[in-house]
Amino acid sequence: MIYRSHVLICAGTGCTASKSADIAEEMHKLLVDRGIDSEVKIVKTGCFGLCEKGPIMVVYPEGATYSRVTLKDVPEIVDEHLVKGRIVKRLLLGDKEAKDVAKSLENVGFFSKQKRIALRNCGIINPENIDEYIAYDGYKALAKVLTEMTPQEVIDVIKKSGLRGRGGAGFPTGLKWQFAAQAEGDEKFVCCNADEGDPGAFMDRSVLEGDPHSVLEAMTIAGYAIGARQGYIYVRAEYPIAVQRLRIAIGQAREYGLLGENIFGTDFSFDIDLRLGAGAFVCGEETALMTSIEGHRGEPRTRPPFPAVKGLFGKPTLLNNVETYANIPVIINKGPEWFASIGTEKSKGTKVFAVGGKINNTGLVEIPMGTTLREVIYDIGGGIPNGKKFKAAQTGGPSGGCIPASHIDTPIDYDSLTELGSMMGSGGLIIMDEDTCMVDIAKFFLEFTVDESCGKCPPCRIGTKRMHEILEKITQGKGEESDIEKLETLANNIKKSALCGLGQTAPNPVLSTLRYFRDEYLAHVREKKCPAGVCKALVHYVILEDKCKGCTLCAKKCPVGAISGELKKPHTIDIAKCIKCGVCMESCKFKAIITQ
Amino acid sequence: MKSIKELEAIREKALKELSIRDNENKTRIVVGMATCGIAAGARQVMNAFVDELNKRNIHSVNVTMTGCVGVCRFEPIAEVIEASGEKTTYVKLDADKARRIVAEHIVNGRPVLEFTIGAAEK
Repeated sequence: MIYRSHVLICAGTGCTASKSADIAEEMHKLLVDRGIDSEVKIVKTGCFGLCEKGPIMVVYPEGATYSRVTLKDVPEIVDEHLVKGRIVKRLLLGDKEAKDVAKSLENVGFFSKQKRIALRNCGIINPENIDEYIAYDGYKALAKVLTEMTPQEVIDVIKKSGLRGRGGAGFPTGLKWQFAAQAEGDEKFVCCNADEGDPGAFMDRSVLEGDPHSVLEAMTIAGYAIGARQGYIYVRAEYPIAVQRLRIAIGQAREYGLLGENIFGTDFSFDIDLRLGAGAFVCGEETALMTSIEGHRGEPRTRPPFPAVKGLFGKPTLLNNVETYANIPVIINKGPEWFASIGTEKSKGTKVFAVGGKINNTGLVEIPMGTTLREVIYDIGGGIPNGKKFKAAQTGGPSGGCIPASHIDTPIDYDSLTELGSMMGSGGLIIMDEDTCMVDIAKFFLEFTVDESCGKCPPCRIGTKRMHEILEKITQGKGEESDIEKLETLANNIKKSALCGLGQTAPNPVLSTLRYFRDEYLAHVREKKCPAGVCKALVHYVILEDKCKGCTLCAKKCPVGAISGELKKPHTIDIAKCIKCGVCMESCKFKAIITQ
Repeated sequence: MKSIKELEAIREKALKELSIRDNENKTRIVVGMATCGIAAGARQVMNAFVDELNKRNIHSVNVTMTGCVGVCRFEPIAEVIEASGEKTTYVKLDADKARRIVAEHIVNGRPVLEFTIGAAEK
């Protein structure tokens, strides 16, 4: 069946939450009603990346990209665009001044600096249709590997490409494959870490939702390279759409014989199964992940032995992250030299980031390594909302650290970030503006690790708890200067003594904020003040006499009756009664209320 | 999947369907689909273009729609815009004429002069 028009609707988690599924259904109904359902095809795709502007819809052949589409807009799109061929300009995505141009996605500022390798098919193909994946060179790399290359040649290509693990630590992928291939064992396994757990990170979810076959193909290639015939994808049950699409993809690949016995008529056989995780952060740690796949409680163990030697069920195991795998088929197809030409000297290729926090274009971006933070924030991210100043960016989530505004021109790659005391991490990038309190941020991430600590080793179980208590004390205004030293000592000891990556990196947010924002900690401790006005215990609301017009609005809005004063005369706040909810400041039209 | 040939066959077939999503350096056939065009039968004309191109296995041409160009008395109207920017305006079309345009203009590169707006204006 040939259609004259394709309507691509994003069916990623973000756009689904803003009703893209209902929009697709409504559109189908209207197409049937107008009698053009045999002319126009609706395609549900993965994430386009511009989640802030979702739901996103692209209509071909014109390539018109509509943003923030609502159910109410659907009749207009059908009647104007699909029936009469008139593009609905008011919904077009693009710069405001260029609203009359049907801009293609590539021309929008958000996309122009990106380079999509891991996300190459996200938002382009229907992830539930294997044919569309095959159309864009899908499974071509697998065919090439199985029929033309030896396992060692495959490993050499990956080594030569310079690809490093995208899960966070940045270990050279080719070397990992080499170790797993060299390990002796009658049985080996290939695993995929899809247990993305950093708060605010959704890179892997988007790859699985938008292009599940790329991961299946890469795992099969890895199986051939190291000599395994079984793969497992460990994915969290909290990602229902990703799980569903993976199930469909595995089913289709088996049906086509791309998984199973004698793939492409060779001796090589390989299959993949899913294992659902319950969402514990520690299960993203490789030894805990494999323990969980085995059916035990997800707890880490000491290394060595490393998984390449003794992994899943005690057998040699290769474990890579989703995004790492998504790069593999392209490297095979386009060659390691091509891949190595992108990025910086020691960090090749691209990295996907989930950009969130105080930024205009919240969403998913893939940039060449070496792109500066400034480009990500201002050129791609569209800057900070409400004209606020950029203060810091947090990378690597609860295991990472922050990059202050003074380092905004740092190129983003593994080594530069580590040098700054942060880390690449899996790709969460949280942007913070001047209203963010860095002590509070450190406390937030530590609270997360305290909750997620599995409890097996004392440094993590007890140490992070003690650190959190000290931070709590500081934000309450009860801290002393010696507390900061205690924090540092504890942090360094936990880093050295914790059993696994979770504990070893848990102090990073504290250490990195101490490094760049020590003055904020000192302000909390010495002056009992929170410079950003976030820590409630340290904030006082005050009415400026010269600005207050005595309109009484704040007094009416105050939920506890803490504000008093006569009409048309300056009011005052009773600090003893005030609960610091901030309603008065929000409601004041004369900016007469400030925090001190 | 027993051979690369099989994979290649699936790829070819799927690519045909997806060619619509690629609009760089392609010839476009733009059909006027305003009220006047639709009333004069533009829908049948457009479907004939799509069908004929597909029958002939031509995937380097996109068929799209546009609004009223102002000469409603000549509807249905379609313009063939080549990648070079060369434009031919055809008027008073029907399904058969559309198929002939595909055969002569698109396949053989000879515009069907008798259907052009120049001929109709004489």
